Amino acid sequence: MPTISDVKGNSARKNIEDALKKAKEFEEYHALLSLTEKRALERADAVDSGEITGKLAGVPFVVKDNYLAFGAPTTAAAKILENFDAPLQATAVEKLEAEGAICIGKANLDAFAHGGSTENSAFGPTKNAADPTKVAGGSSGGSAVVTALDIVPFALGSDTGGSIRQPASFNGVYGIKPTYGMVSRYGVVAMASSTDVMGCFTKTADDAELVMSIMAGRDEKDMTTLPDYFESTTVDGKVKIGVIKDTLTDDVDESVRNVTNEYIQKLKDAGHEVEEVSLPLVKLSLAMYYIIVPAEVSSNLARYDGIRYGRRAQNVKTLAELYGRSRDEGFVTENKRRIMIGSYVLSSGFFDAYYLKAQKARTLLIQQFDELFNKYDLLLMPTAPTPAFGFGENTDDPIKMYLSDAMTVPANLTGMPAMSIPAGTSPDGLPVGVQLVAPRKADAKMLAFAKSMETQR
Amino acid sequence: MANVSRDDVVKLAALSNLQLVDDEVDGLTKDIVNILQYVEQLGELDTEGVEPTYQVVDLENIMREDEVITSEVTTSDLLALAPDQAENQIKVPKVL
Repeated sequence: MPTISDVKGNSARKNIEDALKKAKEFEEYHALLSLTEKRALERADAVDSGEITGKLAGVPFVVKDNYLAFGAPTTAAAKILENFDAPLQATAVEKLEAEGAICIGKANLDAFAHGGSTENSAFGPTKNAADPTKVAGGSSGGSAVVTALDIVPFALGSDTGGSIRQPASFNGVYGIKPTYGMVSRYGVVAMASSTDVMGCFTKTADDAELVMSIMAGRDEKDMTTLPDYFESTTVDGKVKIGVIKDTLTDDVDESVRNVTNEYIQKLKDAGHEVEEVSLPLVKLSLAMYYIIVPAEVSSNLARYDGIRYGRRAQNVKTLAELYGRSRDEGFVTENKRRIMIGSYVLSSGFFDAYYLKAQKARTLLIQQFDELFNKYDLLLMPTAPTPAFGFGENTDDPIKMYLSDAMTVPANLTGMPAMSIPAGTSPDGLPVGVQLVAPRKADAKMLAFAKSMETQR
Repeated sequence: MANVSRDDVVKLAALSNLQLVDDEVDGLTKDIVNILQYVEQLGELDTEGVEPTYQVVDLENIMREDEVITSEVTTSDLLALAPDQAENQIKVPKVL
């Protein structure tokens, strides 16, 4: 089941049965936390009877399990939401369903999308599609793996600091992070509200364009969505691309540098103008990120109190104990780390030194990007500094794990669209992606460029 | 330079409504100190006179008419999600 066009037009029931069968065959990868089998088959029959039609009629897909979706609990891979049955569906899911797409299951992630390997899932990690001894990447690891294993032609993820692009790179598929505000976040478990975006994993740039075009658009239910602007386009002629040399230093894995350089050669062979550029603040992006994001996490995760929904700790006597125990038992360690870092940087006396400082630095980072976009149409850099790493390799040291996002966080801090393109493999056969970053609202142009390069392969 | 002690972490946990079990505290203290040390490299950047960015796509207060919009989700749907409920209300331990 490689692409959307390969499955569209088939019997929907057959598509869904095939996808479910494959999902079960690949169970040992632990990419899926649940299957929405009953609902999926009912919808398939409705497509086959002509009751449901649309651009994605009968096409199976998977959602990251932080999208509220019917048919199975929405857990965010955390104990506190283990049995949470969503009372509504995310706008993105509703829009895809309105075009006839059929959700067959819910993908594993780092709990509350905090992590870069899916090892922080409360329900166990996901294995890499290319090498099951390596991590899937994260936090949308499960969604990347189901796409790479051809279980479904596309899957949804969320990207707060690289959570779509990094696992896309690790598993050899496309991963798209749109401009902040292009896709509604309504009905998705919030992580960091100033950087969260919703995107997808696909096997081709064409499919990515189709899925993003359906999900895009203003939503009355999400006041941070931008007025409609996405319109599919094409790229003709020469494009000017800046390669960010600060991301190709010696501390970046050699195989990643090699794949990036090969891709640069391909760009030149295709007649594009490629120049090395400098973006010095890329090196400080991760420090900004790990102030701003924990601050927002501590605020967004305050709602999990064990009272209104979710898991409540047993045998507690006081209200304070109820909150404290429910949250301690319901969150994984990484959630607690981020909540507490957030509480620290927002506390009076430290606010100016950390949070305000980071938000000012963010302004300077945006300025550096904008200056480059005055001269270049697109920027290129690796997606991640290494290919997929081994289980347990980075779990003892949070900073080591965070460094895996060093090249993806800038696009989140600046709100710019970015995508990971499968570009090659390491000598060990591990997939390596390259990353395109475009000016805000140039999502369609970025995807059109990726499409044009796809035909060069 | 961040100087965060074990006691500070216990206090921070309480502020965050997290009742940590004892053997979590040392690990979290070490991690929090390391993370704060890492992010403190921002101190080297001159941000004098720079305006902070809180919203990256320049949206400002989005207003709408103050009118009732019927939700697809009912009160009973939401109450059903609560771990403990009775008589159309959510039950919690005694507050006072």
